[in-house]
Amino acid sequence: MRLQIKVKPYLNKSWLWVRPEAELDMASADAFRQAITKALAAYGCRNLWLDFSAVSFIDSSGLGVLLGRYRELQPLGGSIIITRPNEQVYHLLTAAGLHRIMEIDRPATLKYGKEGF
Amino acid sequence: METVREDACIATERLQRDCRKGEQHSLDPVNKLQFRFLSRSENVSLARLLAAALAASREMTVAELDEIKVAVSEAVSNAIIHGYEGRDDCYVEMSLALTPEQLVITVHDDGVGIADIEQAIKPSYSAKRDRMGLGFAFMHSFMDAVDVVSTPGAGTTVTLYKDLP
Ligand SMILES: Nc1ncnc2c1ncn2[C@@H]1O[C@H](COP(=O)(O)OP(=O)(O)OP(=O)(O)O)[C@@H](O)[C@H]1O
Ligand SMILES: [Mg+2]
Repeated sequence: MRLQIKVKPYLNKSWLWVRPEAELDMASADAFRQAITKALAAYGCRNLWLDFSAVSFIDSSGLGVLLGRYRELQPLGGSIIITRPNEQVYHLLTAAGLHRIMEIDRPATLKYGKEGF
Repeated sequence: METVREDACIATERLQRDCRKGEQHSLDPVNKLQFRFLSRSENVSLARLLAAALAASREMTVAELDEIKVAVSEAVSNAIIHGYEGRDDCYVEMSLALTPEQLVITVHDDGVGIADIEQAIKPSYSAKRDRMGLGFAFMHSFMDAVDVVSTPGAGTTVTLYKDLP
């Protein structure tokens, strides 16, 4: 199993909490997207809270899934927040510019130094 | 005398030909690995881990190793997703070479090829919806040089260069 995922609705189902445990690359991207889409529909949530504490790696395939969810939720007035990303993940989220459209936690220790390209 | 000179010429020519194949920076590898693997998505993580493991034999920060992993992940994902259009029964060829000055990584597919490389490497260009078009942008920003050689209908070779301290 390349992706383990926990989901839970919060605050009267306005928020969906999602905790993927995976490397978010092309091997897990489809399952990640499907799990989120299914849960959002099942609970009727508009806002997505992604707990990234167990995401060890991300590349453009994983970032594409995030942008896709943003494009679906944003017209509905929804939003996305990402908590507890590790440094590699935070570095890529900001390099992709996703910090401009999503609220993203800054890792406590930031050795990489720069944000964005 | 003549034959010696002729031999030298042939050797030089062969060297130049090898250089044109994109090996110009990778003469005298200290260590080199060459392998091929099926175009299955789970092999993307194996490929990036191997590259990072070889890179780690030299002085390298964790951040640099992570960036190498991303660059390799992008090149291999592209080979499978675009080159082989998602088929999982084709082979991706890869080489990892360490020279005294550089880490040189090649990723090759015998897939559809790229008709317009200039357009393909533009940040945010993607042939597919739901993709951000960041693969080449990451390769360029995380490595010191990137070469793309492609023949439509025949395949693509991406070479990634990382200078070593
Ligand atoms: N090996 C390849 N064979 C054929 N076409 C390729 C190959 N690599 C890249 N391309 C083409 O170049 C384009 C840009 O690649 P790039 O990796 O930058 O973005 P992407 O793969 O479309 O999106 P992302 O990497 O963000 O998921 C692709 O959409 C594809 O058309
Ligand atoms: Mg790509």
